[in-house]
Amino acid sequence: MSSHAHAHVAHHFESAEQQRQSAQLGMWIFLVTEVMFFGGLFAAYVVYRSLYPEAWVVGSHLLSIGLGGFNTAVLLASSLTMALAVHAAQTDKRNATAMWIVLTMVLGFVFLGVKVVEYAGKFEHHLVPGAHFHVDPMAELAKLEAAGVHVGQHLRHAFETANPSHVQLFYSLYFAMTGMHAVHMIIGAGLMIWLLANTLKGRYSSAYYNPVEVTGLYWHFVDIVWIFLFPMLYLIGRH
Amino acid sequence: MSEHHVMPIRVYLTIIAILMALTVATVWVAFLDFGYLNTVIAVGIAVIKALLVVMYFMHLKYAAPITRLFAGAGAVFFVILIAITLSDYRSRDWFPFPEPWEQAHEAPASH
Repeated sequence: MSSHAHAHVAHHFESAEQQRQSAQLGMWIFLVTEVMFFGGLFAAYVVYRSLYPEAWVVGSHLLSIGLGGFNTAVLLASSLTMALAVHAAQTDKRNATAMWIVLTMVLGFVFLGVKVVEYAGKFEHHLVPGAHFHVDPMAELAKLEAAGVHVGQHLRHAFETANPSHVQLFYSLYFAMTGMHAVHMIIGAGLMIWLLANTLKGRYSSAYYNPVEVTGLYWHFVDIVWIFLFPMLYLIGRH
Repeated sequence: MSEHHVMPIRVYLTIIAILMALTVATVWVAFLDFGYLNTVIAVGIAVIKALLVVMYFMHLKYAAPITRLFAGAGAVFFVILIAITLSDYRSRDWFPFPEPWEQAHEAPASH
């Protein structure tokens, strides 16, 4: 290894590889605390869904699978572009690294843009928890039937028995979970700007790309949270 | 040393294709009635997708053993969090509640 490669190694590390593995481990430890953070929200979701399954059926029927599914695809694609940014950094392709980082950020903003449309719709339809929350499960059932959706016995029973205040609880969790996820996306987009600036300054190479790699770990983690949120919020109770 | 693993781009493209296919699959099965198994299938597909992201996009498959240990510990503690919380809530109506103190004894006279 040339002395040039050592320029990036902080004095308390023995080698570039040790420094890289330390950075990786540090980010993974942070991600484990994030698992516990989102874990509390997931636990609340699991408990209340097991107590009020019919309200969860009604709540998830009022979300758009089209928008949620589109966003899932966008976020998975952004994970691919992030992985390709790391790959480009590993192989000394600076322009490609910059391009993939920009693309990751753009996909992140597309996701957030769709989320804005979804949230606006929830405000419009009085589905935001609070003084103006209003849901009439029987009216929603009539709308489903008018739209030609096949309403089976279980589905009908859920709409007939759901307590509107429990549906409000579903939406409290919907906004808490997707909101915290969106905050993570915004932070991720900020990190992309920082990565882009440093990439353009030529700070990263195959000898040193730790920031690109660990920011990638964070981005993929946020993607994984959504991988669980999509079926839990949008798909459960559709049959 | 310096055995940082550079994965061929072909691997990333294969993984994204599987992830997209599983997304379509999870939407499709959500509309079929499998009873309680619908939840199991939805979570199962999500776990497979998460594992693919963790192993290939996040390179955990090629990470140092200590890193893999920490990542695994995170998953284990998440399962403990959900399992113990649920075992509390789901078992609450298994046994009758004890009679409240006020009913079992005469309420003390209020002044």
